[in-house]
Amino acid sequence: MHAGSAILQLLVAGIGTGSIYALIALGFNVVFKSTGAMNFAQGEWVVMGGMISALLFASTHNIGLACIAAVVIVSVIGILSERLVVWPLRRPNALLITLVSIGLAICSRSLVMMILGKKPVGYPGFSEASTLFVGGIAIQTQTLWIVGLTLVFLLAMHLFFEHTIMGKALRAAAADRDAAAIVGVRVETTVMLSFAIAAFGGALAGALITPLTLSSYDQGALFGFKGFSAAMLGGIGSLPGAIVGGLALGLLEAFGSFYISSDFKDAIAFAVLLAILFARPAGLLGRADVVKV
Amino acid sequence: MTMAPAKAAPPPVSTSPSQIVGAPSATSPASHPVRRRGVSDRMRLLLLWLLMLLVPYVAPNSYVISLGNLFLINVILIASLNLLMGYGGQISLGHAGFFGFGAYVSGILDVKLGIMPWIGLPTAAVLTGLSALIIGIPALRLRGHYLSMATLGWNAILLVMFNRLIDLTGGPNGLLGVHPFSIGSLALDTDIRQFPLVWLVSLLVMIAILHLLQSRVGRALRAVATNEIGADAVGIDSFRTKLLFFVLTAGMAGIAGSLYVHVNQYASPETFGVNGSILLVVMVALGGSGTYWGPVIGALIYTAVPQLLLDYEDAELMLFGLGMLIVLIAVPSGLAGLPATLIGRRFGRRPS
Repeated sequence: MHAGSAILQLLVAGIGTGSIYALIALGFNVVFKSTGAMNFAQGEWVVMGGMISALLFASTHNIGLACIAAVVIVSVIGILSERLVVWPLRRPNALLITLVSIGLAICSRSLVMMILGKKPVGYPGFSEASTLFVGGIAIQTQTLWIVGLTLVFLLAMHLFFEHTIMGKALRAAAADRDAAAIVGVRVETTVMLSFAIAAFGGALAGALITPLTLSSYDQGALFGFKGFSAAMLGGIGSLPGAIVGGLALGLLEAFGSFYISSDFKDAIAFAVLLAILFARPAGLLGRADVVKV
Repeated sequence: MTMAPAKAAPPPVSTSPSQIVGAPSATSPASHPVRRRGVSDRMRLLLLWLLMLLVPYVAPNSYVISLGNLFLINVILIASLNLLMGYGGQISLGHAGFFGFGAYVSGILDVKLGIMPWIGLPTAAVLTGLSALIIGIPALRLRGHYLSMATLGWNAILLVMFNRLIDLTGGPNGLLGVHPFSIGSLALDTDIRQFPLVWLVSLLVMIAILHLLQSRVGRALRAVATNEIGADAVGIDSFRTKLLFFVLTAGMAGIAGSLYVHVNQYASPETFGVNGSILLVVMVALGGSGTYWGPVIGALIYTAVPQLLLDYEDAELMLFGLGMLIVLIAVPSGLAGLPATLIGRRFGRRPS
């Protein structure tokens, strides 16, 4: 293959995977913002999105309907999860919520396994034609869907956080819980909302990636780590950071596995990630935390 | 950055009767008594470990003894992580990686170079500690999630290496042909012969942890966990203190790894993944983060619960997750504080 088109091909693949990571990282960041916790259940929602879509597609044969319904169902699961395991905590703190989210992840994974089965599932892409040839490179149409819908979701999130009362309340609670509570923000509701958004983003990622990679119950942890890494890379808690971090991680993996070794793909991505973190501790877009004495 | 204990809310002082979990001190990494009235922790430790010497005599079969060995190795792992996380407030998501690093160092030295396990064990401890030094120097300068992220990345990289450096590690099939420890011509190749060694090493590690906690550096560590800036202000070099304990606890995980590989005479990558590291953090929390005895309970859960749930097959994971959630929600300070909490409630005072 021509060197130039190889690079283009990798660029497209990297942006595709990167968009998925960005969606997961965004969910991760939203929960981090509202609770200070690392949410280990994030990856399980990705798996649920894919597997529930597959189940609904098998019975309705309407891919759009199946995916939309799946994303809505998983968002409700996100809300229920928060009400069941985070809300009952008497004295919630970041570490406790993080630990509880590990328990939530384990329960979610086993529920998915018991209800939806252990077999990997999949469904065809959103478009009839699976591949487009543009300028000498092959682009999977599903990749275009991934990038397009990710953009739409991120734009919607931007508008939500900047221009709605709910979004502003969420940001206020993230900035200062107590102050937000004083001015009338229901902080507990914002935590629930953040879980809903995180589950929505995760499920969307799952519904979008399944036609390319299939989905199975045990992939959640890996998705979670990738999302966590992308969030750290971009700057934890930042919306644009999730995009930059996700894309950077996706491109790193694509180019790393092509030019160096696909066996060591993850190791390369993590090594570069550590190097970036050590050089820029707040992430690519994050601001350093200034601790005043 | 709210996970940094420096910013954690101070333990609330409340005696309201509605407060079911009455041991707020146990949630803080800093405040806990190493010495109590009456029997000292050292006496209790010796008594408990002497009692455990009975295991080979009362065990109905050799499988139970092998579980005893595994339990004691898990005690080393969880107690060392607790020293870093419970007392130091530094959350490592790479402890299983250090465990694996120690196992592979000791195992590879044995299989590829024919170096005896007695030399492999200290070498594993030192090299694992060195690897922690390399990760710790950049990661520990910062507060908050950086150590978690860096150790998670390090563990992920290690796992790829264990799987892919096939010539060295045997890859996904695992490292085969590892020799057991031996004394002269007597190979410690049965569970019952291995037990005294694992028993002794775990006892030594537990004593070392007790001494560390009661020493000047141990107090410095707790000061750093409570308030890094405050600790710096009274002349503690918080970076060096954190680094020292990160390296020491990684070294202990390396020792556990070396024991593991020569006891099982085998190592396989999946034992040492990030999931393992996360579960170790959970076990520290379930037992009682920042309590001396918590890790013993954590190790008991980590060793026994999977055995008890074996019969439930698919539901195993579900029951495990549910149990974990129930403990975390009902007793957030961990099971080690439970008796004191209950006694404190009955007599209407809070445990100190």
